[in-house]
Formats: sequence, structure tokens, C-alpha cells
Amino acid sequence: MKGSQLLINKLKENGVKTIFGYPGGVLLPFYDALYESDLEHILVRHEQAAAHAADGYARASGKVGVCLATSGPGATNVTTGVATAHMDSSPIVVLTGQVPTKAIGTDMFQEVDTIGITMPISKHNYQPRSPDKIVEYIDKAFYIASTGRPGPVVVDLPRNALEEDINIEDYEINTEIPGYKPTRKGNIKQIKKAIEVINNSQKPLILAGGGVILANASEELLKFATLTNIPVCTTLMGKGSISEEHPLGLGMIGMHGIETTNIALTECDCLIAIGCRFSDRSTSNGELFAPNATIIQIDVDPAEIGKTININIPIVGDAKATLEEFINQVESPDTTNWTSHISQIIQENQPTISYDTVPLKPQQCIKEIMEAVTEDTIITTDVGQNQMWMAHYYKTRKPRTFISSGGLGTMGFGLPAAIGAQFAKPDENVLSIVGDGGFQMVLQELATIKEHDLPIVTCVLNNDYLGMVAQLQRLFNDHVYQTKFYDNPDFVQLAKAYKIRGEVVEKPGELRETIQEALKTREATVIDIRIDANELLPIVPPGSALDKMKTSFDDVEDLQ
Amino acid sequence: MNQTNKHTISILVENRTGVLQRIAGLFTRRDFNIDNISVGKTAEPGISRITITTYGNNRTLEQIMKQLNKLIEVLKVREMKPETTLRRQLALLKIHAPTEQNKSEIIQYTDIFRGHIIDVTPKTITIEISGKPDNINALIELLRPYGIKEIAKTGITAITRGQNTL
Repeated sequence: MKGSQLLINKLKENGVKTIFGYPGGVLLPFYDALYESDLEHILVRHEQAAAHAADGYARASGKVGVCLATSGPGATNVTTGVATAHMDSSPIVVLTGQVPTKAIGTDMFQEVDTIGITMPISKHNYQPRSPDKIVEYIDKAFYIASTGRPGPVVVDLPRNALEEDINIEDYEINTEIPGYKPTRKGNIKQIKKAIEVINNSQKPLILAGGGVILANASEELLKFATLTNIPVCTTLMGKGSISEEHPLGLGMIGMHGIETTNIALTECDCLIAIGCRFSDRSTSNGELFAPNATIIQIDVDPAEIGKTININIPIVGDAKATLEEFINQVESPDTTNWTSHISQIIQENQPTISYDTVPLKPQQCIKEIMEAVTEDTIITTDVGQNQMWMAHYYKTRKPRTFISSGGLGTMGFGLPAAIGAQFAKPDENVLSIVGDGGFQMVLQELATIKEHDLPIVTCVLNNDYLGMVAQLQRLFNDHVYQTKFYDNPDFVQLAKAYKIRGEVVEKPGELRETIQEALKTREATVIDIRIDANELLPIVPPGSALDKMKTSFDDVEDLQ
Repeated sequence: MNQTNKHTISILVENRTGVLQRIAGLFTRRDFNIDNISVGKTAEPGISRITITTYGNNRTLEQIMKQLNKLIEVLKVREMKPETTLRRQLALLKIHAPTEQNKSEIIQYTDIFRGHIIDVTPKTITIEISGKPDNINALIELLRPYGIKEIAKTGITAITRGQNTL
């Protein structure tokens, strides 16, 4: 059997049904084999989108996403998606073509050192140089991508390995990975110590990160939180780990987090951090983070423990297994005063999201989005103000329904991630919330959406600005420079060029109706939402403590 | 460089293409330092041992070890504590020695430091010395006034004292 056929068999054995890819010269043997198979290949319009789509697929489904790019420029284009998945611990397997092994190192046409390039931005990578190695490495790639702290694994496929014909029974396949043994169960002594601190705390708080969602531990999180009456705040990646409509769900902390949630974090005396890595955007000034708290950190990756913040009680273990243990052992601490104090300050400080103004306030847009969707609707965001408005105001209710590029902050992520999410959940509604900047980085993927009649609703929060950078310039720099798009295209006409429905939304109420209509007809739609460019996001100024949030911008000049 | 913060780390790795690049790349990517490095095969086929001398505070050391452990091809990582570790290095030194008196003095010094003369020309002497890094450095300082034409040093390699193994 040829290497390419063995590859397809292995992909299927690992549960793959859909591959997001883009062909090229060295991959021709693979596409021949693919033609004969029942694997679904989604032809994207740029390799970066293939990786983001695989990533969106993984985040929406919890399964490993798979993408494919050819050698050279295909591989370099895919790297942004690899790094994005790496930063957010998303399990994807990235297949890249490579020139034949005997030509490696000769600067052959479309040759690039994919292994070298992806080494620092992937969990691991392999280059199978013969068909039997394809069989060995594909299994290992899926295992490594999906276990422990998940992440992208790159498999770089030299053309000859795809072409060679072998009798696989003649080979002994090594299935051992001696250097890879992820810890699942937390150390019992450490858990006991943590429980003791929790039992004796007066103002405990849970901080849930993306690890809770990756470990499918939302149920356990809710059980633990309700059992102990401990409120839960989240990081950006943890959005959806607990419903933000639940009385204990306090929403997101961080640079653009909820002010009262940041205050709660600053006041708490015991912080139970689960599956989060204390990124700078979450903690702001790390030295002033949770200053009154004994910090318990649960993470599956030992290297994340104490990396940026000093931890009092580290527990290396998977969020689900550790929370189960917590549920078994905890005796409810007396949190009544604290929890009611928190809910009171949150109730008293609800942000205004209702605005009857033109141009539209982004808050009003988020409100209308919430009114138009259900708790199962999958939201993908791009990066920038659009993302932070959503993170701040949108109430996520279920895990895997808020998909966003956190660590790498990759503009252009939202639209292709929505494509991946839609393939993972064909019956769900998928909304992609993007800005006019990020949308224009990947809008060629409208062709992919059209080709597969994906009912994705793309909401372009359009302010003719790179809003997030312009915001930073307005607040902290001398000039608003190179962040305005003076002549944006007509996004409705553009959508029409791709044979997709396009609508402009300018007044309150229109967005809700347009989304409802699009979801009802399940027709791909691009909505050009004209929003107020002057609107700013609450922000913790860089270097400040989390509770020193700037929420009033009367001192900031309007844009010219 | 703060000498007190110097650490020796021994790493057992699967001997595969690119493993050294993974380790060196990790140090670069995470802004760790490699003071010196040595690599060689072990008694077990397919497994190599890498010894890295690095410096940094305890948090840095902890991160280095944890990040190294995450590499799939890394089998074991251990900090080699100075009090229980034998550390050795090899150096080849080419010294300017145009006169007989120079030569005889250099030979005497080399003897004292248990080095060997491995080459002599009318104008130079080449010495092989292995041992503790400090001893080698002491010999180098002693010979510096004669004029050092060239030094070739290996990285430091290390092994635990006594019955314990990595």
C-alpha cells in the first residue's frame, strides 16, 4: 500500500472526517488517494484559513482538527494558524507537504524547513521519511495533540513517503513515546492542602481558564461552585466554562474585563485558579495580582505553574479529575457574606448596554446579538475591539460556544474559525463577530462559505478603524496614525461579489432583525454594522493593578 | 554573570534528528542562556546525554527544567548539584613558545596540572588538559603571559558521585 493510502487510513482510524486543505505539487499523490476515499476535503482559499478552520473545528467539537498545506509557501502560510493553536492549546494536526527526502537541503522548488520553522510554535512535529513512519507518526501526532495540555502537532510529509508502496505487515510499528507522560490526577497531598485553605477561607474565588473547557470540566466546575457557593470569574479562554447568566458566574477578568470582577479578584483571600496560565492580559501587573489571596493553581502543564505569578499551592493535574476530587473532599466554607457582597456590587454596577443612538454603540450591537441567538449558538470573534466588546458584554452560557484567538491575538481568525466550527456542528447557528480590519485579512474565505452553503452570519463591527490600536493611541500615545481605513470597500457589494447576502445595519433594532432573519433562513450573510468609532473599551492601563480600571473617557478627545 | 547562579543540567534524550535544535531553540525562545553544552551517546542505544551549563535564578532554573521536560524527545532532566557532581572538561591549548626556556617552563606547568604535551613545533607547544573547569582555567591563566595562540574547549560533562545514576 502506498504511503498516501496508509495516511488516509490512519486519519480515518483517528476519527477524521473533514480536512481543511489546499493542494500543491508535492501533495499530488495524497490528493490521488484522497479522491478514492470518503474523507471530506474542504478547499479553502488560503492556507492560514485551513489552520484556523481546523482550530475552530477542534474548539467547537473537542475533537482534533486537521488541516493540510503544501510545501514551501503552503507551510509558511499555515504557521500563523499553528502558532495560534499553540498559544490557545487547541488540538490540531497539521499536515504539510515536503520535497522528496533526497532533495531536502538542496533548495528545491517550494522547499522550506517546515520542521525548523514550526519547532517553537507547535507541541511537537514529525517528518516521516517512509510510509511505515507515516503510520507510526500519525497515531502519535493525534495522541500528543489531544492529550495532556493539547496543542498542534505538525507532520511534514516528504513526497516520496507518500508515493512509496510497502507491505505494512512487514514492519514493526513503534507505538511508544517514552518521553511523554502527561499527568492527569493531581497529587492527593496537594489537594488536601488546597481543600484546607478553601475550607478556612472567607472570600474564596474561582478563576476558570481555557483548561476547564479543554478538559470538558464545566459540569464539575458548576457542581463545585454551587456546592461551595464560591463565585467564578474566567479568563478570555475560560468564557463559557460557566454560564455568565448564573448568579455565581462573574464574567471575565483582565485588561478589558468586568470592573467589578477585577475588584472581586483583588479582594479575594483564596484564589482557586483552574486551567489558566495567568497571561499578562488577564493579570495586568502580575506583582499586584490578587494581593490578598492564597493562590491555588491547578494545571495539567507543570511549566505553567509559577511561570508568571507566585503560587502557594500548585496542583499538577487535569481540571476534570482534580475538580472531581475537590467535590469529594470540600466542606462548604462559609461564603455567604462574601458571595452576596460580590453579587451586590455586580448588580449595582451593571454596564449600560442599551443605547438608542446612531451611529450604533457597540454595546447596543452586542445586546442585539444576544437577543437574536440562543445559548447553543456558536460565536467566533476576531481580534481587537470586536473581540473585547464581545468578551466584555456578551453573556456566554455554554462551553465551546465562544471561540476566540486569545494568546496569539491573531487578526483574521474569526471567519475561518467559524467555517471550522460550522463543519464541526453543522446543525448549530454560527456567528462570526469581526472588525473591518480582521475581516479584510481573510475575506477570501467567503468563497469557501459560498461553495459549501454554510449559513454563517458574519457581523462586521465596522468603524473604519483598527479600533483597538486606535484606542491605545488615543489613550496613551501622541497620534492616531495608520489606524484609520480612509476608503473601506462596500462590504455589501463585496459579499454580493461572492454571491452572499449582504446587509447594512445602521439603526438600533436592525441588527437583531437581520441576524434573526439570517438564522431563520439559514443563509450565509455578511452584515456591515456601522458603529461609533469613538466608543472606547474599559481598560486597565498597562502596568496598573487590575482594580485600577479606566471606565470613564471624558478626558479623551474624539476622533477627527 | 553571577557564578553562584550557575547550574549544570543533565538531559537524557532520544537520539533523533533535530533534538539538539529543539533544546537549543527552547533556550533561545525562552531567553535562557547556554554557557556551554556537551553531547554524547550513552550506554543505551538510541539515547544521548546532553550536559548544559546555564545561569539564572531559581525561578529561571525551574522553568528551564520544566520546559525541557515538555519536549517529547526529552526522557529525563536533572539539575546536577555541585556537591554531588563530578564535572569535567577537555581543552586543547596552543601556546607561543619560541625559546627552549619557554618550552621547559610550559612543560613543567603542564605536568603540575596533569596535562599532556601533544604537539611541539619550533615556535609552539600544544597541550591537552582535562579536568575540573577551574583547573583548566588556572592553567590557561598561568600560560597567558607566554601568548596563547589558540584554545579549543569542549563543553562540560558531568556525572553523579557515588552509586546514584541519572
